[in-house]
Amino acid sequence: MKPPPFEHHAPRDLGEALDVLAEVGPRGKVLAGGQSLIPMLNMRLAAPEHLVDINRVESLATLDLTPEGVTVGALARHAQVERLAGHPLLRQALRLVAHPVIRNRGTVVGSLVHADPAAELPAVLALLGGSVRLSRLDAAQGVVSREVTAADFFVGPMESAVQPGELAVSAYFPAPPEQSGTAFREVARRHGDYALAGVCAVVTLDDDLRITAARVACVSVGPVPVVVDVGGLCERRPASSVDWAGVARAVREETEPDDDIHASAAYRLHLVGVLAEQALKDAAREAALKDPAREAAGPWGSSSAGT
Amino acid sequence: MEREREITLVVNGAARRVRVPGRRLLSDCLRHDLGLTGTHVGCEHGVCGCCTVLLDGEPVRSCLTFAVTVDGSEITTVEGLAGAEGMSAVQRAFAECHGLQCGFCTPGFLCTVTALLRDNPAPTDEEVVDGISGNLCRCTGYQNIVKAVHRAAELIAEET
Repeated sequence: MKPPPFEHHAPRDLGEALDVLAEVGPRGKVLAGGQSLIPMLNMRLAAPEHLVDINRVESLATLDLTPEGVTVGALARHAQVERLAGHPLLRQALRLVAHPVIRNRGTVVGSLVHADPAAELPAVLALLGGSVRLSRLDAAQGVVSREVTAADFFVGPMESAVQPGELAVSAYFPAPPEQSGTAFREVARRHGDYALAGVCAVVTLDDDLRITAARVACVSVGPVPVVVDVGGLCERRPASSVDWAGVARAVREETEPDDDIHASAAYRLHLVGVLAEQALKDAAREAALKDPAREAAGPWGSSSAGT
Repeated sequence: MEREREITLVVNGAARRVRVPGRRLLSDCLRHDLGLTGTHVGCEHGVCGCCTVLLDGEPVRSCLTFAVTVDGSEITTVEGLAGAEGMSAVQRAFAECHGLQCGFCTPGFLCTVTALLRDNPAPTDEEVVDGISGNLCRCTGYQNIVKAVHRAAELIAEET
C-alpha cells in the first residue's frame, strides 16, 4: 500500500507546469488534490513515471462567480466551492462527494478529469452543458487552449478528453436558467461512498408553475453521465399532474447499468427511475419557491396546483 | 537510487527538515521520518480517517497527501493537540465520555473534531454525524463519540 516510485515535479507557475507536461507527455500525470489519484497509486492501480504536482501554481486556485455561471480553477478545493453561495446545484452535488475531510483537499476539476462514472460532478457539468478548458504548450505557438464541452469531455469510464501534455486549467458550470430549480438525489451503501445510482435534475417553470423544461443527468448507470431531456414528457403541466411513471420509464430506457459486486443492473435500473422522479419533483419544488409571490400563494404540490 | 528532496514541515509548532522521496506519504513521513507515531495508518486509501491531521488548520488525510506537496506547511498531529496545561478540551471530553476503546481511530477523530468545533462551536447532532462521517470506529458504535463532541463543545464554551 505504498505508491510506486515516480519523479516529482513541483512547477511554480502555469508556464512551467505546461512545459513539464509537454516534456513528459504520456509518461506523466497531473497531481492536484490527489484524493482519487493517491489511492490509485497506493493500490498500484496507476504507476506514472512523472507526477506534475500543480499545488504550487497559485494562479489555478481561482473561483469566479458571475450571474452566467461559475468558473472553477484547477486548484479550487471541493470545500471552497461548496461554501460558494450562488450555485445551488454545485453545493447540492458537493455535499454528496466523499466526506468533509476529503473535500478539504480534493478539487472540482480533478473530479471531472478523473471521470469516474459514479461521481457527482461530471453529472453536474453534463446536466448544465458546462465545459472544461484545456491548455498545453506548443513548440511553435506557445500556450494553446481549447474549450471542451461536457458532451465531448467524458469519453468513457475513467477517461476524459484530456490528452497527454494537456492540463485542465478550469471548468465552467453555467447557472441554470431563471425560474429553475435543481436537485441531486442518490443512493449509496455507506455515507460518502460512491452512489449505486444518482440523479441530478434541473426544472424550469413558467409563471403558472407549469414545467417548460426538465433535464436529468444520471450517474453509475452508464460509462459516462447519462443526460436525458424529459421536458417534452412533462407536457407543460404543473409538477403535480405530470405522468411521473412515464418520465421514470423514459429515463430508464436511456441508461445501461452494469452488474457489479455492489448492485445488480436491475436494481440500479429501478433506482434510477425512482431517483429521477424524486430529483425532478425536488427541483420543481425549489423552482416554485423561488418566486416570493408564489411562495405567498401556498406551498407547491397542493391539490389546487395540479388543476 | 530514488531522488530525494529536502523539505521543511512545521510540525506541532517546530520546524523539521527532512529528506524524502517524492512518493513518501505525509503519514509515513510523520511516523517514520519524524517519529511521530500518534498518527495512525489504517486503510491507506482515504476510507478510515485514522491518519487525519491538520494541514494549515484544515483536517486532511495524511495518507492521501505527499510530504513533498506540503513542503513549508504547518501540520498539527494528535501529539500537538495538548497544550502546556494538559490535554485539550476535545481530548478530555473523549476520555470523560468513553469516546474511545482500543484507541486506534482516536487520533483521527481528535484532529477532525478539533477543526469541526473550531468552525462550528455548537453543532447539532446531524452536523456532528456529518462531520465525523469520514472516520471509522469499530469499537464504540459512535454513540459515545457523538456525546464526546457535544461535551467538548461545552468544555470549550466554558473555558473561553
